[in-house]
Amino acid sequence: MIRRASTGLLSRSIVAGVHHRHFSSTEVPGADELFMMAWKRIMPNLDPPKTPLAFTRLRPSSISAADIASKLTVNLVSPYSEFSNREVDMVIVPATTGQMGILPGHMASISELKPGVLTIHDENDVIKYFISSGFAFIHSNSVADIMATEAVPIEKVDPASVQNRLVEFNQKLSSASTDLEKAEAQIGVDVLVALNSALSE
Amino acid sequence: MAMAALRREGRRFAAPIISPQPLNPFRSSISSAEDQAFLGVRSISTQIVRNRMKSVKNIQKITKAMKMVAASKLRAIQTRAENSRGLWQPFTALLGDTPSVDVKKNVIVTISSDKGLCGGINSTSVKISRALHKLNSGPEKESKYVVLGEKAKAQLVRDSKQNIELCITELQKNPLNYTQVSVLADDILKNVEYDALRIVFNKFQSVVSFVPTAATVLSPEAVEREAESGGKLGELDNYEIEGGETKSEVLQNLTEFQFSCVMFNAVLENACSEQGARMSAMDSSSRNAGDMLDRLTLTYNRTRQASITTELTEIISGASALEG
Repeated sequence: MIRRASTGLLSRSIVAGVHHRHFSSTEVPGADELFMMAWKRIMPNLDPPKTPLAFTRLRPSSISAADIASKLTVNLVSPYSEFSNREVDMVIVPATTGQMGILPGHMASISELKPGVLTIHDENDVIKYFISSGFAFIHSNSVADIMATEAVPIEKVDPASVQNRLVEFNQKLSSASTDLEKAEAQIGVDVLVALNSALSE
Repeated sequence: MAMAALRREGRRFAAPIISPQPLNPFRSSISSAEDQAFLGVRSISTQIVRNRMKSVKNIQKITKAMKMVAASKLRAIQTRAENSRGLWQPFTALLGDTPSVDVKKNVIVTISSDKGLCGGINSTSVKISRALHKLNSGPEKESKYVVLGEKAKAQLVRDSKQNIELCITELQKNPLNYTQVSVLADDILKNVEYDALRIVFNKFQSVVSFVPTAATVLSPEAVEREAESGGKLGELDNYEIEGGETKSEVLQNLTEFQFSCVMFNAVLENACSEQGARMSAMDSSSRNAGDMLDRLTLTYNRTRQASITTELTEIISGASALEG
């Protein structure tokens, strides 16, 4: 049923000449029609593989400028955990340009993150996570996706070991000889300095 | 008459052995059973059936144990695979998934297992990879393979040896983690020229269902081209790039990150599918062994009764001959 509706959508947009499709909204068809047709032509006896489109979760549809949602939907994902579809008031992410606040109705943007603290404000709750770099996508339908390589709640970070590791990495930085070692030590120092400042807040 | 009965028994040994596949060690003992039957040795044929029963029982124990090992490994890795499922969703939301994209250099990354006895999942992955290769080769297009895992390597080396760029094996020696996979992804990106990467793996839906899936990751140039041509990624320009870097640098970081995220999820899902497939293969194998054991028990009893009957007949005919 969804397939029929989506082929209708597809053919209509092809006729219109413009092929605008918001991947960030629910009007995503379950499969790529061109791919299916090409596959059937070449391999009629083998079922085509599924694509990630078939497994994407539903997202709120794209909203026009006049109709801004009251809450921001946040998806915080990392390779080991996900925390999705929370409706919150505001999120502050540590972008490379500094701390960036995201409110509902924020303009669509892509930003890279540097190691730092991610704060989530929900009514009166404030939840802090430490993020070691990643990306943040903000879609025009007030959905924010934050992808981090590591996201740990601040409570789980042990201050003493942070200090020890900071000293260790500073030593490594001063004694590094090749560019690669310098870069690795520098990354370690950056992350630990950020952790340190995060803990002291 | 006794000889004819035993010859019949010999042929009945042959029939149940041929059907179940994994039980090959029986082939040699079939021939010895028939030899013995033809030579007319009577009481020893129960010994042969008994030996066969013992080996079938051992095989049943081994396959049951393998099933339980696979079940415990599956439990361990399933939670991690489910947690990593959210990782590629934002990328699909932003950049979409365009398997029908038309690019010059395609690289097909086939993910398979190192160990065997896991059902048909590796063959399906290889079939899909070959089909994708066919779909994407033409006068101006070419596609190469990057193979992860021994099983796909063995199958693809046979006919596409010149198209294989990289082979990576022993992925699961240490428990899978994101650092290892991102280093691997970095390796692939550095050594292979690509416009589009197609990752073929088996997605784990449930313990009995594994869906072959192909995820597509485009190179930054391909993304820009698609965005400019107003195709499926036309909306990408609406997104403002924060930060001092240029759009192409951000796109490059983005596509590399996307590749490592998709790879991580794909490798975990494939590992889950492998364990699930092994569980069901070992389960059907133990069930087959059980069936075979039942049939052998019946054959054993018949053989035993037949030899007792022959002995009795001999004695009685001898006795009646003496009486005259």
